[in-house]
Amino acid sequence: MAERATFRVKRGLAEMLKGGVIMDVVTPEQAGLAEEAGAVAVMALERVPADIRRDGGVARMSDPTMIKEIQAAVSIPVMAKARIGHFVEAQVLQALEVDYVDESEVLTPADEANHIDKHAFEVPFVCGATNLGEALRRIGEGAAMIRSKGEAGTGNIVEAVRHLREIVGGIRRLTTLRAEELPGAAKDLRAPIDVVEEVAGAGWLPVPLFCAGGIATPADAALTIQLGAEGNFVGSGIFKSSDPERRARAIVEATTHAADPERVAAASADLGEPMRGDDIAQLAAEGELLQQRGI
Amino acid sequence: MDRGELAAPPAREGERPLRVGVLASQGDFAAHAEMLRELGAEAVEARGPAELSELDALVIPGGESTTITKAIERDGLAPAIREHAAAGRPVLGTCAGMIVCDRDHLGLIDARARRNAFGRQLASFETDLEIAGIGPDPLRAVFIRAPWIEEHGERVEVLARHQGHPVAIRDGAVVACSFHPELAGDPRLHALLMAMATSARKREEVPR
Repeated sequence: MAERATFRVKRGLAEMLKGGVIMDVVTPEQAGLAEEAGAVAVMALERVPADIRRDGGVARMSDPTMIKEIQAAVSIPVMAKARIGHFVEAQVLQALEVDYVDESEVLTPADEANHIDKHAFEVPFVCGATNLGEALRRIGEGAAMIRSKGEAGTGNIVEAVRHLREIVGGIRRLTTLRAEELPGAAKDLRAPIDVVEEVAGAGWLPVPLFCAGGIATPADAALTIQLGAEGNFVGSGIFKSSDPERRARAIVEATTHAADPERVAAASADLGEPMRGDDIAQLAAEGELLQQRGI
Repeated sequence: MDRGELAAPPAREGERPLRVGVLASQGDFAAHAEMLRELGAEAVEARGPAELSELDALVIPGGESTTITKAIERDGLAPAIREHAAAGRPVLGTCAGMIVCDRDHLGLIDARARRNAFGRQLASFETDLEIAGIGPDPLRAVFIRAPWIEEHGERVEVLARHQGHPVAIRDGAVVACSFHPELAGDPRLHALLMAMATSARKREEVPR
C-alpha cells in the first residue's frame, strides 16, 4: 500500500536537494532566473531578508497569489516561509501545496514559547539552528531538514560559520560519549534523548544539514560545504548583487566543486559587485540579530 | 530471499573490486556510494570527465534533473558518460537519473520520462514494489516528486509498474527507475548493477 508523508518521504526531498543551492526569489522572473542558473529549489517570499531588515515592521507569510505565480513559473520545488509558531500560516502553505515550509526566524515570530508541531503536517519542514541542541529540538518537533541560521540579510558569512561549527562539532562530541553519558548530554542540549542517541550512534543528524544566512560569494558557498553543510540556501546574496544571473550560476558551480580550488577560483572571476554586507557587532549592539529568534 | 540474477558468484580472491562511479554534480550521491561500498565496490564520486573514465559501472542519482542536466553541460560530462554506456558498461539511473538518461537528455535509453509525473511533494509516497529480475520479494520504493516512463521503444523491458505506469525499466545495460532504492536500504538494484558490471568486465576480458 502506498503511504504518503512518512518521515522518510518528508526527508527524502531534502536528500534530493543535497549538493545544491536553494535561492530566495520575490517574483516569477527571479524564480525563472534561479532555475535557469541551476538552483535545486526556490524560496518564494515577498522581500529578501536584506529588505526585511531595512524596512522593519512585521514580516509575515507571503501572499498566496505570489506563491502560486512562482509555482507556475518553475518546475523545481518551491518552498515558502511561515512565522515561527504560526501553524495557521503553515496550514495555508500546505493547502497551497508548497514543497517545503521554512519555519523561519527571518519572519517576525508569532509565538515566543512554542514552535509548530511539524509532525502534525503532511508537508515537510526545514528549520534554522544556531547549535546542536536547537537542531535536535527542531528535529524532535518533526523538522525533516535543518539549516544553520547564520545571520540572514547581512551578506556576512561569520555567523553561518559559527553555527555550522557549533552543530558539526557538537555531533562529533556526542559520538565520543559513553551510553550512560547520553542522558546528561540530552539534558545539557535540552533535546529529546531518542534524537540524541540516534545522532550519537550515526555520527550525523537524521536529516540533511544545509547552511543559510550570509552566503554572498562562490567562496562562501564552498566554505560552508567544506565545513560540513550538505547544501546551501542563498537569500539576499544573489539578487542584491550587481549581476544576479552570473552570481547565481557561480554559487551553484562552487557548491558542486567546493573541494576544487581551481573551479572555485574560475567561478569567482568577473562577477561584478557582491551585496554590500553588514557588520554583525553593530547589528548585535542595536538588538537586530534574527538568529536569536525561536531558539 | 530469492535473489534471482544476483546469485552471480562474488568477485574471485585477488580480483580488484568493481569501480563504480556515482555522478556527484548534485543529489543524494552519498547514499548511493555508501550502499555500493557495503556491497564491496570501490565507489567514486564523479564530478569531472576524468573521474567518469575507467568505471565498471555508473550511478546517476536522484536530485534535481534540471540542475544535474546543467551541470553535465557546464562540466562537459556527456561524452564521458556516453562513452561508458557505448562500451556496454552498465548504468543505473534513479529518479532524476532516469530523466537524465532519457531520449531528450543523454539518450542512454529508448524512452521518454515525464518529470514530476506523480505530482508535487505532497503526493510523494513509498510503497512495496515487485521488480522483475531481483527476486519475488517486493522492494520498498520511495517516490519523491517522481517521474514515470511516458513512452518507450520496443526493445525496452519494463521491470515494474505503479498505477499502470512503467517505473523501472531496462534497456540493454541501462537500468532506470522512478524511485529511490537507496533511501530504504534495499541493495538489490545496486547488486544487479554490480552483477551486470561483473558480466561486462568478463566479456571485455575475453581475448579477441
